[in-house]
Order: sequence, then structure tokens, then C-alpha cells
Amino acid sequence: MHRIHILIAMDAHTISQGARSIKDAMSRELALAGLADEVRVVETGSLGIYDKGVVLVVFPDGVYYVGVKMEDVSEIISEHLIKGRIVERLHYLDIPTEEATMGDKSARIGKQVRVVLKNAGVIDPESIEEYIAHDGYEALGKALTEMKPEQVMEEVKASGMQGRGGAFFPTGVKWGFAAREKSDEKYIICNADEGEPGTFKDRLILEGDPHAVIEGMALAGFAVGAHQGYVYIRGEYRMSINRMQKAIEQARKHGLLGKNIFGSSFSFDLDIREGAGAYICGEETALIESIEGKRGEPRNKPPFPPSVGLWGKPTIVNNVETLANVPQIILKGAKWYRSMGTENSPGTKVFTMVGNINNPGLIEVPMGITLREIIYDIGHGIPEGKEFLLAQLGGTTGGILTREHLDLPLAVDSLRNAGAGMGSGALLVVDDSQCIVDLVKTFVEFFVHESCGICTLCREGNGRLLEILERMSDGKGKQDDLRLMEELANAMLRGAFCGLGQAAPIPILGCLRYFRSEFEQHLQGACRAGKCELHAENEAAA
Amino acid sequence: MKTLSDLRAIKEKAKKEMAAREQSAKYRIVVAMGTCGIAAGARTVMSAILDEISKRNIANAVVTQTGCLGFCDQEPLIQIIQTDKNVTTTYGKIDSETARKIIYEHVMNDRVVSNHVFMHQ
Ligand SMILES: Cc1cc2nc3c(=O)[nH]c(=O)nc-3n(C[C@H](O)[C@H](O)[C@H](O)COP(=O)(O)O)c2cc1C
Ligand code: SF4
Ligand code: FES
Repeated sequence: MHRIHILIAMDAHTISQGARSIKDAMSRELALAGLADEVRVVETGSLGIYDKGVVLVVFPDGVYYVGVKMEDVSEIISEHLIKGRIVERLHYLDIPTEEATMGDKSARIGKQVRVVLKNAGVIDPESIEEYIAHDGYEALGKALTEMKPEQVMEEVKASGMQGRGGAFFPTGVKWGFAAREKSDEKYIICNADEGEPGTFKDRLILEGDPHAVIEGMALAGFAVGAHQGYVYIRGEYRMSINRMQKAIEQARKHGLLGKNIFGSSFSFDLDIREGAGAYICGEETALIESIEGKRGEPRNKPPFPPSVGLWGKPTIVNNVETLANVPQIILKGAKWYRSMGTENSPGTKVFTMVGNINNPGLIEVPMGITLREIIYDIGHGIPEGKEFLLAQLGGTTGGILTREHLDLPLAVDSLRNAGAGMGSGALLVVDDSQCIVDLVKTFVEFFVHESCGICTLCREGNGRLLEILERMSDGKGKQDDLRLMEELANAMLRGAFCGLGQAAPIPILGCLRYFRSEFEQHLQGACRAGKCELHAENEAAA
Repeated sequence: MKTLSDLRAIKEKAKKEMAAREQSAKYRIVVAMGTCGIAAGARTVMSAILDEISKRNIANAVVTQTGCLGFCDQEPLIQIIQTDKNVTTTYGKIDSETARKIIYEHVMNDRVVSNHVFMHQ
């Protein structure tokens, strides 16, 4: 009997801060103190606290410790575990997830909800039993023993869930396309490429709750008639790969993957494919090419993957977060799912909030929440008394939102009207000490690097944009440059071959629209933020 | 695993192990483990409680510890908190035998062991 569980967060950040050696030290010292049978140390995924070093929670007390160092281990044991006295020095009170850690109540934590993240930081992701204890594989069991494939698909359709990979295509409809195809083989692919800078939500879902993704894939397979799936994980995500590998093996061992699952006629298995790390490989057809062993370059669409995909067979490509939602939709029903979010954008969205924000990290919010609530209530505002300048929602290709959008409900339709998109899952918050030209330059540098180069508009367009921006921040911009940028950006928007080239201009156009005067100032030799070293010759012109 | 009931069996077992870290248990058993309590024998009391809970398969109780409660002459002390009613019963001068009895009577069968009660609120 373990009276105490210590959950220690193992994510890329905490591991880099020595979480592993702290866990080992903890186990060692517990044994020395004769507490090995009373206290169990459990690794878990991210606990949603960032930049605070090694994070752990002591249950059942629910006490969070952050910044835990080797020398703190014995103090935590002697003070807290033996005498029940909280080590105040390390105690962390600002817990965004206090209730979330209580288990599967999809509890609201302030303005947050936990659906996709309900298990992250609650269960040991390397234990299939703990996933099962939190209703894991119930949905699959229910589907295979009580439902027809069409019913599973209809439930997902009725939920109105839209894909979380950035395009927000209705998942049930996509599945329907593949289900209709007659084919001896079909495939389910989980897109865990996540090449977007500043985005790590898929990684944290995989690290924190890999079985939810497996279960979602099996349900997708059952709905469309596929028997094989691939999890395409970016190669740098070592821990995601290891956790997923372990999870797949456990599921096989329990007969939850493999032949005749739950005694039904449905068989389904999974394998991992490692991505090479190019951003374009996140695009579904490039991803398929890459799994086939070819260069990761996008294909012509149509035909779309649900008809002609991997090895020419009908293929569903879904994002990690999309798939992680599926088991709960099947278990709790479409109506439950629709109780969250808005009419046209039901459900929740997971974001990684980064940039100039007091409380950065992984958040899950209902659709329809406002930017103000995210930044000020969840993110605790902008540091150092600076002002909010803009937010970029959805990664580098995401649209630009400014002060006037702070009270806009964040949902797919309202954002579209504002010329932005929800995107994949990054929320970059920028304060007013940043320079717009400098910011746009970093976006474009990324695209120049990531363009696969097969079409001219994207390859040359991004290159030219960068040239213009560079001379602008050097104080050598020309009066015609703004018009030229707009023309180039609009041409790319319409003419680039794939989503990368088409989306690259979105943030540029957004910045040109909302911060035009700042570009103009640069042309006149002034940088508001003082970031650009404008050359003297132009200062004269100012 | 071939059936839903196989799944449920695994679920129940895993839940019990995890119950220890949920705060939703009906009973919270708190052992006073200040230096004073430990000196008076709180550790053996703690071990007895854990042993009894595990032997009797009790899943609705969590065991925690606290520091000095300030009643020297009553050590070792334990508190049984019924979380849904927020009733705290404090037992004093406990040894491992009485601790086992309290687990059986109070936690399993809702019967307060009155001759060891030191405070009830
Ligand atoms: C350049 C580019 C990069 C993309 N990167 C990703 C990615 O990293 N992860 C992802 O899930 N989708 C990515 N997508 C979207 C995928 O093509 C696809 O729409 C998505 O995986 C479908 O899943 P969903 O329906 O669950 O959203 C990318 C698209 C483009 C154009
Ligand atoms: S738009 Fe860019 S990334 Fe897409 S195919 Fe063209 S060159 Fe490649
Ligand atoms: S010092 Fe703890 S009870 Fe007296």
C-alpha cells in the first residue's frame, strides 16, 4: 500500500533540468528512510508548469514543488513525507490545474477546461493500467462490442469536431470519405510532426497520454475500415517516440492492438515512423511521401488522401490532438462534446502560449474564449508592466490579432472573419517593446529556411520578402517597398503550390494591415522600439 | 483481454492503487508525525495502519501525516477525517493494536472507537 504518490513531471524541459536524476535520488533516499513501501514515485507527463525547473506533486496532499534541486530531495523527504510539513521554500501555489489533477472530471480550472489534457500530469503515461483506470479503452470496448462502424463515424460527425492540425476540417466528414472507398487496405496516420516553432502541444499530449492517441486511432480504423496505422513523429521528439513505442507494446500485450480486439472481428495495429524534421513534412501529402520513403514534398490535390493516400490507398491523416479527443466523444457522446465551445466550433483547443507573457505554458481552453481571458486571466498578463502589442495565433503562419481583437471570441468562424485562423496550437504574445519589422523578418527567415523549393512563388517570394525587410531594418528601405511586399504576398497567397507557401504571407499581410505606420516610420528612418540600427543617411530624410 | 469485463477488472485494480493519490476518499487518516509523535511511536502506528488498509483492501481511505498537534501527553495521535461530512475524530495514546482496531471499526464499519477518542468535532 502506498500512502503517498509523488508525481514527477518528465517533459523535455524538466528532464533538461535534471528531473531524471532527482527521481533516482528520490527513490534512493526513500529506500534509505525505509519509506520505499509507503511512497511511490511516478513519472508523469508535463504538469503544465514551465520554466520553473523540476516540478513534482505530492499526493494525496496535492502539494506542488518547483525548482527542485538535488539538495532539496532529502529535505522534502524528512520534512514533508515524514513530518507532514510543507517545504515552503519550494512550494508552488499558482497551480493552474489544481482540480485537473483530481482526475477525469474534465474540470474547469479557472477559464481552462481539461478534456484532451485530462490525463496529462495525472496518470503515469507509461502505465496502461493507469490509463484504463481513467476510463481508458472503454470507448474502444464500447465501439467494438455495441456499435457499428457507421455509428462511430456518425457520432464523430454529430460532435462537430474539426481537425486540430490547423485546417479545421470536420473530422467525421473526412472519415466518411475514406469509409466510402472500397479498398482491401486503408490507413490511419497520426500526424505528430509538429514542425511549427514554439508549438509543442502535440508532443506534450503524446508524452502525457499516449494511449489516448492509440485508442483514437483504433476507433478511426474501426470507423473507416483500416487495419494498420502509423504514428508519424518528428525525430527530435525522442521521449514521445519512446513513450509511444512502450504504449503500443503494452496495448498489444493486452490485446488492445492486434487481431480480434475485444473478441470482435476487428484487427488493428500500429507502427511508428520517424520524421526527418522538415516543416513541410507536416503537410499531409508530403508526410505520406515521406512514409513511402520518398522526399517529403507535397502532392497535387485532388485526389485527397482519404481517396488516394499512402501507397495509393485510402488514408486518414489526423492530428494528435484530434485523435486524442475521439475516445471521449465516443464514450460521452456528441452532445457532451457540443456542450463545450461554440455552436460552429465545439470543443476545446490546446495551445502552447509563448512569448512576452507572465505565465507561459500549455493550456486547454473552450472554443469561444477571448484573447483577453487567455492573456490576462490564464497567462497573468504581460511582464514588466509592458503593454500588449499583438498576438499571433496558430504558429508562424498564423494571423495577427491586435488590441482591437482582445474581446473577439476565438472560434474558427469569428477568426476567419478577422482574417486570422486558429491554426495548429501556438499562441505567441508580443509586447510593445518589440519592433514589427524585426518580428516579420523572423517569420520570413523561417519560411525561407523551410520552403521546400519546388515552386517559384514560395521559394523566390520568401527570399525577396526577406531582402526587402532586411534593407528596411537597415534603414535603406525604398518608398515602393510596402506596395511590393503586398503584391508579392498576395501572389503567394493565391499561387503557391502548397499550404506552406499559401500561408506564409498571412502574418505579413496582417502586420502590414495593422501596423502600416510602423513600416512607414522605418522608411523614414525611425524604429519605435529601437531594435533596428537605422543608418544615418536615412535619418537625415526623417 | 477479450471482453469489456476483462477491461473493467484491470480498471478496478488500477483504480484502487491510484485512489491513494486522489483526495476524494471518504476517510482521510492523518498521523501526527512531529518529532514528538515519532519519538512516541508514530512510525509503528503508521506502518500498522498501512498494513491493515492493504490487508483489508480498503480503497476509500487515504493516509497522510501532519506535524505536531500540540498535545504531548496524548501522543501518538491520529485523526480520522470523514471528508464528506467534514467530521474529525482525534484518537490519542494509540499503539499499533488500537490503530488496527480503529481502521477496522471506524474506517471500515463507521463505528467510532469511543474509549480512545480524545476529541471529536
Ligand atoms: C506546411 C504545412 C505544415 C503542416 N504541419 C502540420 C503538423 O505539423 N501537424 C499537423 O497535424 N498538421 C499539419 N499540417 C496540416 C496537415 O496537412 C493536415 O491538414 C492535418 O494533419 C490533418 O489533421 P486534422 O484533420 O486532424 O487537422 C500542415 C500543413 C501544412 C500546409
Ligand atoms: S509552396 Fe513552398 S513549401 Fe509548398 S510546394 Fe511550393 S515551395 Fe514547397
Ligand atoms: S511537541 Fe508535539 S505534541 Fe508536544
